[in-house]
Amino acid sequence: MNFLNIINQLAEVDSDVFDRLDSRRAVFSSLGTVAKRSALAATPALLASFFQKAYAGSNAGDPVEIFNYALTLELLEADFYNKVIASSQFAGTNSANQAAIRQIYKHEAAHVTLLQNVVRAVGGTPTTIPGFSTAVFSTLTTFAAQLQVAQLLEDTGVRAYKGRAADIQALGVNSVTVSGPGAINPLESALRIHSVEARHAAHIRYMRGQTPWISGNGDLDSQAYYQGNTPESNVTQAGYNLTTAGTPTPGVTYSATDAAASFDEILTKSEVLALATPLIGA
Amino acid sequence: MSTNLLSQTTGRDQDQVLYTPIKRRSFFMYAGATAGATALVLAGCSKSDSSPGMVSLGNGNLSVLNYAYALEQLEAAFYAQVVKSPATDFQTGELAYFTQVAAHEAIHRDFLKAAIINVAKGTPIQDLTPNFANINFASRASVLGTAKAFEDLGVAAYNGAGKLISASDPNGATYLTVAGKIVSVEARHAAYVRDLLSAGSFADDQQVDPTYGLDKTMTPADVIAVAQSYIVQKIDASSVGK
Repeated sequence: MNFLNIINQLAEVDSDVFDRLDSRRAVFSSLGTVAKRSALAATPALLASFFQKAYAGSNAGDPVEIFNYALTLELLEADFYNKVIASSQFAGTNSANQAAIRQIYKHEAAHVTLLQNVVRAVGGTPTTIPGFSTAVFSTLTTFAAQLQVAQLLEDTGVRAYKGRAADIQALGVNSVTVSGPGAINPLESALRIHSVEARHAAHIRYMRGQTPWISGNGDLDSQAYYQGNTPESNVTQAGYNLTTAGTPTPGVTYSATDAAASFDEILTKSEVLALATPLIGA
Repeated sequence: MSTNLLSQTTGRDQDQVLYTPIKRRSFFMYAGATAGATALVLAGCSKSDSSPGMVSLGNGNLSVLNYAYALEQLEAAFYAQVVKSPATDFQTGELAYFTQVAAHEAIHRDFLKAAIINVAKGTPIQDLTPNFANINFASRASVLGTAKAFEDLGVAAYNGAGKLISASDPNGATYLTVAGKIVSVEARHAAYVRDLLSAGSFADDQQVDPTYGLDKTMTPADVIAVAQSYIVQKIDASSVGK
């Protein structure tokens, strides 16, 4: 992974990225040492820490930024499914699989339109991306390989929305009049998209013979998409280790698998961008 | 009383009761333990309140937590029964998955109760008594149909409740994030059960608005109106989030 290429791709998502980086010289000074260890530059954890610095506190409380962030992910998903549906692998799979992918694509395309209208309604310009990277897509030579990416995109989408819910809450905006649905509560709409992404994720996992929930023992569950500062394997909620006997209920012990699977976890913006940016391209 | 007695009569003490001749004194211990065990079986049934009365969910952020706690109690009780007396026509793998779902819901229930007490510094609502008279637990179709109704209801409830959580409370952001962590698991359950009932119905046009791609959302009053038929106590959700 070419680090500067990622920055260039990121610039297509976030046109302010160079200003953002330039105004934060501390980031560049840390980049100096990073560059010497370029082998590490491809690791999501390092990228995440880089973006964390670049984006720390930036645009806090800006509805345009929040909804363009969501739009970016929806654009990526929608174009991915668009490419799937146009592929020979899709043509060769059964009608049930095709119907499921078409239904999911329909929702992602609807989310794109809705979020574009939300961004306009809060005074912004909807972001655009080149699409899901053709180069990456061309490596998905089977329908099964496409489904793997679908699972990663959906589970990441769930985590991404969850990670910004509190930011939307903090906006304190109860109603936005949006072209199409009219007056909506933006937090409620985000939650309603979030649960649809979770339904998608569950179905894709089910299609792949995985548990619909993230049990940690799935074939992809160890990938970076399931890690982060709060990994999906987390068993502690609001200070409670749910696997400790008697916590939170005396006499009751839950397994780590059940405790982890019963709560989905968040990803921060920097973590999501580190995961998603390599998938964005012409 | 029986709860206290049970907690004192665990492990070695209980064995002693079983292995020593039943003298008058230990007979009462044994009887007490049995009463305790019975109480445990009936956990989720009404506390020995003098009158069943109305259970108010209250107001403010605490009411949103108690609202979620009420729904998780209902779901946990349902799946506990599903696991205890599985449908005779469950297909391969379904009981194993429902056992996992039962654990998830029990964890949600227990976590919410603990969070209400220790994080929100509030009082959880009482244990609710489920009314599953209209569910045929021996029938896969009845169990799946009920599971679908509960899961879709839960998703719509959380989707509608998020905006009711006040951010002016220092814990408001935490409550919302935790609710978000739970609701997506409920949505996974819903999608799974829907696929079992009708393959490919995980997010069909009846559940997810096809124009905007939005899942359902419901007010607490509407949710409780549906859930009420499965709960003995009358629930008052009129001031949730207010």
